[in-house]
Amino acid sequence: MNAPLRRVGVVVIVLFGLLFANLNWIQAYKADEYRTSDYNGRVQVAKYDRKRGNIEAGGTALAVSKETDGELKYLRTYPGGEKYAHVLGYEPVNGSATGLERAENDFLAGTSDQLIVNRLRDMVTGDTTAGGNVLLTLSKRAQDTAYDELRGNNVGATKGAAIAVDPATGAVQALVSIPSFDPNPLASHDTDEATAAYNRLEQEAGRPLRNRALGEVLPPGSTFKIVVAAAALENGITKETEIPAGSSYTPPTSSEPIRNADPSICPESQVTLMNAVTESCNTGFAKLGGQLGPDVIKEKARQFGFEQEDLTVGRLGEGGLDVAASRTGSMENPDGSPDPAALAQSSIGQRDVRMTPLQGAMIAAAVANGGSQMRPYLVRQLLAPDRTTVYDTANPRELRRPVSSQVAADLREMMVSVVENGTGRNARINGYTVGGKTGTAQSAPDRPDHGWFIGFALDSDNKPVSAVCVVLEEAGSGGSAEAARIAGQIMRAAIAEPGGR
Amino acid sequence: MTAAATPATSPATAGERPGVRMARSRRNAELSLLLLAMALVAAYGAMVEANVLDTVTPGFWVPAATLTAVFLGMHLVIRYLAPFADPALLPAVALLNGLGVGFLRRLDLANAAPEERADLAIFAGIGGRQLAWTLISVILAAGLLAVMRDHRSISRYAYTLGLAGIVLVMLPAVLPASISEINGAKLWVRIGSFSIQPGEFAKLALLVFFAYYLVRKREVLSLASHRFLGIDFPRGRDLGPVLVVWVISLLVLVFEKDLGTSLLYFGMFVATVYIATERVSWLLIGLVLFFGGAYLAYVLGEAVGGPFANFYLRAQIWLDPFAQPYDDGYQLVQGLLALGSGGLFGAGPGGGQPLLLPEVRNDFIFAGIGEEIGLFGLSALLVIYLLIVERGLRAALAVRDSFGKLLAGGLAFTLALQVFVIVGGISKLIPLTGQTTPFLSAGGSSLMANWLLVAVLLRVSDAGRRPVEGAGGKVTRPSGPPEQLHGAPTEVIKP
Repeated sequence: MNAPLRRVGVVVIVLFGLLFANLNWIQAYKADEYRTSDYNGRVQVAKYDRKRGNIEAGGTALAVSKETDGELKYLRTYPGGEKYAHVLGYEPVNGSATGLERAENDFLAGTSDQLIVNRLRDMVTGDTTAGGNVLLTLSKRAQDTAYDELRGNNVGATKGAAIAVDPATGAVQALVSIPSFDPNPLASHDTDEATAAYNRLEQEAGRPLRNRALGEVLPPGSTFKIVVAAAALENGITKETEIPAGSSYTPPTSSEPIRNADPSICPESQVTLMNAVTESCNTGFAKLGGQLGPDVIKEKARQFGFEQEDLTVGRLGEGGLDVAASRTGSMENPDGSPDPAALAQSSIGQRDVRMTPLQGAMIAAAVANGGSQMRPYLVRQLLAPDRTTVYDTANPRELRRPVSSQVAADLREMMVSVVENGTGRNARINGYTVGGKTGTAQSAPDRPDHGWFIGFALDSDNKPVSAVCVVLEEAGSGGSAEAARIAGQIMRAAIAEPGGR
Repeated sequence: MTAAATPATSPATAGERPGVRMARSRRNAELSLLLLAMALVAAYGAMVEANVLDTVTPGFWVPAATLTAVFLGMHLVIRYLAPFADPALLPAVALLNGLGVGFLRRLDLANAAPEERADLAIFAGIGGRQLAWTLISVILAAGLLAVMRDHRSISRYAYTLGLAGIVLVMLPAVLPASISEINGAKLWVRIGSFSIQPGEFAKLALLVFFAYYLVRKREVLSLASHRFLGIDFPRGRDLGPVLVVWVISLLVLVFEKDLGTSLLYFGMFVATVYIATERVSWLLIGLVLFFGGAYLAYVLGEAVGGPFANFYLRAQIWLDPFAQPYDDGYQLVQGLLALGSGGLFGAGPGGGQPLLLPEVRNDFIFAGIGEEIGLFGLSALLVIYLLIVERGLRAALAVRDSFGKLLAGGLAFTLALQVFVIVGGISKLIPLTGQTTPFLSAGGSSLMANWLLVAVLLRVSDAGRRPVEGAGGKVTRPSGPPEQLHGAPTEVIKP
């Protein structure tokens, strides 16, 4: 019986060899995959060992970690609630974070290279210091106003966005998207509850998780006329130049006539560029676009920031929230020659022109700031865990110069005229010079129009204090006037409390 | 048949016989190895405390010292009752047992509130209970060594044990689920807070019966009537007992919803049949029957469900655990993640997150330990298991009687198979089924049964290594049937 016993011994060695080989597969080859798996709670538990830093704006904590008795030692809470949800994002137990929670994760979690000194000290002392604190540029008052006014808009729009920036620095004063969501349930330690909350939000028709201020591209309508006007001013046309207009214009090769929003608007055959902007004369700009050609308009739009795909808003210099690229779309025939119909419609911000609310605010900001467009940012300062050392302070930088200071001055004058004499009267603020441009954009043939307003406020020294863009999606009639009113309210709040610079 | 206890033969007598290696008891080697193992256990305990408590308490050595005292007692028992037993068995088993207690105590530390951690009582928590079970198990093993002075004496109770084994196997299946079902597998008998797994003892009882039965019937079972594809197949009527065991193991599979136990019994039986008959055909028949049955259960589980649904589900989880990582696949996924997180070197004793693992004290203890000691540590554990198994097989080779060979060989293989089933299960090599990890898992039944198994191996190895007295000497081995019959009958019958 010894021979089979020996063979059984061999079988046992083979079985153990299989176990050994399989353990090698799991613990060596697949180890990294398993270690960092989304299902691996170790990652999360380790993450909650260290108190995550605060996110604050204007001295108010908007995201704080509170100590718990559970296995996860800290619970992330968002006292800022729905108002700040799209800026801050949320940090869930399972899955990936969003917003600044994601973009500034290293610093908040304390794992950033900048905080290495703290970690080395921890090694010696055996303590675990908290993560660093992130201070935002937001003006609490402007943010509150933007959220409340958007939600309470009097045209019944349920979707929309507002963003305000300091034209001189690029510091974001307010950034709101509606509908919004409460981030607190998403950060719950009860992962079932968090998943349920996420699924609920994900399935809501208004898509509340979406950050419309940075991520939604919509036809800009007449607000795009500022870009066309800028191109015209650089191509031999002054603000007093008479441009062809009329009550209706049917471009060659097109069957659809372009009309004005109201028969009372520029029915005469010629209007000044100034008046065309003030009244928002569609026929005038459609013809002007045809005169300038697609290349000039596209190039000017590009200089204002259209087509940029890699812009982020967060800390200056690195990372942040992704911004969708604004597009001018095609204005040519397939053979490359200008398509007059497309060109005419694109010149009034229709056809395939698409713009983010941020892009709208950046156009207004560049005009207000003498032609210099500052890079937008949200993070004002990175503060050490003990709040004494400042690791990073935003140093505003110019992103690009879309127009000369002369052209900017002309555009500013025209936009001020819009608010003082034209379609943007709702945005006026006592004691400040306000300029802007309304826009009413057709969304889909059977859907209500989007209402836009882009604008800025200058103080008595003609220094820009705020630039803003408000969009009310599918707001229908009166949408742009309501957008102008909300924009005025936001700028008023930003003037009262400028936020961090 | 019972042999009188014999004092160790003096080396001088053994040395007088030319050509026979001088027999040595090697008890001192066992003692040194045991102390080394206990030092490892103490070091493990200290590292756990350093990692979990950030400090090593003055009493860190108490559990290790308690275990050392228990195992030293066993060592003394072996010295007097089985002086020629294999010296590697006790230290290897003691190391596994000690690490198991250490790891369970580590779980207690993790479960305890931070302020209570520093003064966790010695017998508190599952670690403390495991320590108590260790004491009881070792006493039982020592008792078995004392009662069973010759392993052949238990063959007298073979039929009784066989019947008891079947009753023990079937007991949880016939009892209502409220008493017998834990985590979907009906393997338990619960009385109040006390629960035992009768299957753990059943495997010992059944193996004694198999060994006895096969020694008696091996000539018949070796008879071949058909030669097919170069393999001799047994006569149809000789298939009877194999079919009976096959049906029993399939019934276990279906009614106790446990593939592991069924695989264990069947593998145990096929292996002993093979050892007894030296017929490859038995192996083939066994494998075909088992895998055929398992596949049939899988197909039926998919088509009909009912009692086969559980097996079908387990197979599905095995094929893709990440399909439902939070539901059905949760245990296996977490086991894999724990092992993967451990990587090559592990997080260090006490440095892992074993509480994230479901069933970490039972089925998944190997994954929980693996997270902390890594691939290198687990490989070492596997080597220790392999050492125990190979030492058991060596005892089977050395012992002179067929019953002893079958008993030791079968037990050693059963232990190996059980390690394979559970470790393979949690590492997704085979479908996961609930089995205890021998000597590591929390639980008295498993620990007692495996210590009894070790006691039998010690007894058989003692018989195998004990020097044979000269014709005029005192008879140390009871006279059995002539060796010739056991050693070579197949050659007589082989065609």
